[in-house]
Amino acid sequence: MFSSGESNVRKYNTVNRRIFILSVAKGIVFAGILTKLFSLQISENKKYLTLSDKNRLREWRLPPVRGEFEDYFGKVIAGNTKAYQLHVVPEQVEDFKYLMVRLKAILPLSDNKFSKIIKRKNQQKPWETLIISENLSWDQFSKVNFYLHELSGAKPVLSVARSYPYKENYTHLLGYVAQASKEDLINNENIKNKHVPGLRVGKSGLEKTFENDLIGTNGVQRYEVNAYGKRINQVDFKEGQKGKKIRLTVDTEIQKFCNELLGDKAGSISVMDIFTGEIIAMHSSPSFDPNLFLYGVSVKDWKSIRENPLKPLINKTISGLYSPGSTIKPIVALSALENNVISPNFKVRCTGKIEMYGQTYHCWKEKGHGVVDLRTAIKRSCDSYFYEMSRRLGVDRLNVTATRFGLGNKVLSNYYFEEKKGLVPSTKWKKDNLGRGWVLGETLITGIGQGYILTTPLQLCMMTAQLANGGFKIFPKITVNKKQDSFEKIKYKMLESLNTVEKNDSSIIRTAEKFFKPDEKKYNKLFRNQENVKFVLDAMFASTNEWGGTSYSSRIDDPKYQFAGKTGTAQVKKITELQRELDLDIAQIPYEERDHAWYIAFGPYKNPRYALSVFVEHGGSGSSVAAPLAKKLIKKVIDRHEGREKIRKNNLIEI
Amino acid sequence: MLKQSPYTDQFTFFQKLRSFDYILLLCILILGFISNLSMYSTDGGEFLYHSKSHFIRFVVFFTMMIFLSFINLRFWHSTAYLFYTIVLGFLIWASLHGVSASGSQRWINLYFINLQPSELMKIAIIVFFARYFHRTQITSIGSFKNMIISVVILIMPIVLVLSQPDLGTSILIGMSGIVVLWLAGLNIKYFVYSSLALLISLPFIISFLKPYQKIRVLSFFNPDRDPLGSGYQIIQSKIAVGSGGLMGKGFLKGTQSYLEFLPEKHTDFIFTLFSEEHGFIGSVFLLIVYAILIYRIIKIGSISRSYFGKLFCYGFGSAIFIYVTVNMSMVLGLLPIVGSPLPIMSYGGSSMLATMIGLSIVMSTKIHHKQIIN
Repeated sequence: MFSSGESNVRKYNTVNRRIFILSVAKGIVFAGILTKLFSLQISENKKYLTLSDKNRLREWRLPPVRGEFEDYFGKVIAGNTKAYQLHVVPEQVEDFKYLMVRLKAILPLSDNKFSKIIKRKNQQKPWETLIISENLSWDQFSKVNFYLHELSGAKPVLSVARSYPYKENYTHLLGYVAQASKEDLINNENIKNKHVPGLRVGKSGLEKTFENDLIGTNGVQRYEVNAYGKRINQVDFKEGQKGKKIRLTVDTEIQKFCNELLGDKAGSISVMDIFTGEIIAMHSSPSFDPNLFLYGVSVKDWKSIRENPLKPLINKTISGLYSPGSTIKPIVALSALENNVISPNFKVRCTGKIEMYGQTYHCWKEKGHGVVDLRTAIKRSCDSYFYEMSRRLGVDRLNVTATRFGLGNKVLSNYYFEEKKGLVPSTKWKKDNLGRGWVLGETLITGIGQGYILTTPLQLCMMTAQLANGGFKIFPKITVNKKQDSFEKIKYKMLESLNTVEKNDSSIIRTAEKFFKPDEKKYNKLFRNQENVKFVLDAMFASTNEWGGTSYSSRIDDPKYQFAGKTGTAQVKKITELQRELDLDIAQIPYEERDHAWYIAFGPYKNPRYALSVFVEHGGSGSSVAAPLAKKLIKKVIDRHEGREKIRKNNLIEI
Repeated sequence: MLKQSPYTDQFTFFQKLRSFDYILLLCILILGFISNLSMYSTDGGEFLYHSKSHFIRFVVFFTMMIFLSFINLRFWHSTAYLFYTIVLGFLIWASLHGVSASGSQRWINLYFINLQPSELMKIAIIVFFARYFHRTQITSIGSFKNMIISVVILIMPIVLVLSQPDLGTSILIGMSGIVVLWLAGLNIKYFVYSSLALLISLPFIISFLKPYQKIRVLSFFNPDRDPLGSGYQIIQSKIAVGSGGLMGKGFLKGTQSYLEFLPEKHTDFIFTLFSEEHGFIGSVFLLIVYAILIYRIIKIGSISRSYFGKLFCYGFGSAIFIYVTVNMSMVLGLLPIVGSPLPIMSYGGSSMLATMIGLSIVMSTKIHHKQIIN
């Protein structure tokens, strides 16, 4: 103050100047902060809003409700039932240990299950739902509800689950559902997208084929969550869409009847509409209850199914390959007639066996049939006649006819992944696959449905249907679809194809037609001369309805139910001379070596509409085992016809 | 010491009350109000622990500030060295017998309060330099003796705070000290030299940094390096601010803070919460309040006739500016994350206490601005 006024003024000036400079700098820095705020909150607001929502919102997907299967009459054959479940969110439980011990006592839970639940609990996050039980009985459910006040944290939940009300009747036809496996997720994008823990997906059959239609869409619960992923409150709920309902062509009554007919025998029955190709029934026996698989099958049940020697896991109708035996004979005869190898008047003398190429070929009738013509040979299933006829026909020409009528091809390839093709041998096939030349003796046994030839029961049904409708191609189906051709239209088209001379497929008109109507189905004739088909059908009539026919004892005289058919008894093993002499009773032969019993038929004979095949694995002879079943079955099928027509004509059930 | 002058310093109570700076007072009250609302929001819209104690602290310390304002500026002038020494003593005590929390030993237990002396040091350093340069001739400011004393006075608390460890506060102390030194008239070339020296010694400093501090610096340059770890705070803070938009999400509706995505939301990240709930408009408003507060403090300094009061106000105003800037730049991702509270807004007793003491000195300067201190 005293010392130097000037110095003091300089001091004051310096500090004032500097604070001014600093203030300007501060202004600039504040402007910089403002700019940053502006860019964050105004310019990039959208980006950060999205990020913030991504932070706070989590979606929980609910399992989709699976679409139902209905039979032709609208009965639900694979539906959804209420499932009583018990969930626990470990985070919301005060004393988890206590709760589990109480639950174990109340439910009760087995030690094994108990430790499994604990293990699962340790694997997941504490706020994730722990499923204690997916399928409580009503008793258990009400018990839990009764004790709920002392089970804080336990949540009884009402959920939906697949159910098969007809149990074992539709097992193979529908397939079954079970928890989605890793493979399911890899193979099906749709399942992957909709997957939630515990999701059930089709494992086989139609359930698998139509997975994408059936699965439906997930319901979505949107929750606000905090930084630790804990749900705070529900923001949004979107109900999922139930999967599509699929209506099948099958008739539950007939399906059930098939199951009854076969009982606990191994075998298969299929019934088909010979014009529309609709599968009326398709059963493989023995079957099992697919409901067992919904919540994980028990070890005991699984063992009994898997180790059953009658192989319930195999859908024999489409995946079982068997020698057709004599049921092939109508096709062999047709082939011979079509190729003008023989005339119906061609006669062979049957002595019970013929020697050819150093081998003895036996007819099933030891004493022989005497002199037989073609009609009698079919009627009485004379093997000697067919040996001679096949020898003249040759395996390659037989192959053409058999393939054309549906053997060696998948019948329902659009519907079943597990279907097998079967085998119709030819000289080329043997050369290509076995590397050896065809031996003539093999032609002979092919002619009676033995040897290399293998068919599925459904293929024989299809073959019978295509014979019975007059020899026209049909398109088998198992689902009802509005686009499908009606019965009347199909009949008209068949007549039309009868009158058209086969044109060259490459003509411009044909190409144009194909271009404009790509889905147009052609019910082409499969024969050269329809008289040949009619002859074979007549011979099948004789086989069932004339004295001496192989299935005469199973005939029905009432014209309403009268049917025509052909028996088959397929050998599983080459019969040795010794066995032939012993002529053992069926009970004395080991099960695996017994003959397969076959029967194919169509009816009513006067105005045929349905074809069927009955197969009893290792059942014995076709005439004594399979034909009587067919007799009962065809009566049932024809009885059901009227109701079916009513539905069809009135289109009573909306698809 | 006292010298009679035409301008008497014997004010009556009402004269003093009348010469209060009411704009400054209003700014403090607005900030106090906003900070209490924000604290209420961090408690999820309930009057719980944080909001309760913040409210009590604000009321107590604000009242204290009013009372301290009546104290003559000479008191602060005469006790400046003592004040610095006591706070330095506290710092040494803290490093020896301090209370530890979350990995650093910052607090001392005064039985009735847990005090964080580093916060008080922010004020003490300014008071010390204001007193020191009050008597110094402009010509001798750059003398060797003055240089050495200034550096020692500044380095001691910085080292002590750094060893707690508390990087943020030591940086703030250092920065406010340097600003005061520069304002006092220290030649600009020293700052150039020392920043060059700092740049050269940077690798050594980095080698002394704790691993978590290194990671923080790294994540500042690239927050996505470890989005769930060290970059988490910056990312979540930017999301919160950015999603606020123009108008904000609304009071008590800031999802980022409510759902606990925001860390440290009641201390260093209180501005983030405020900005998320009140948007660009709210943030600009808050910034303007701070700007007015700083402007008023500097304005008071400019009218002060005593060099002590002037330098203190300039220094303190600049320090407030530095705290606000560092804090906001940090939460907006412009600077690395270092612990630095927002004055008045952030939760924390010592910080509030220090700010209020500083403000009371400013207010005292206003009341006694005509006074000359020898």
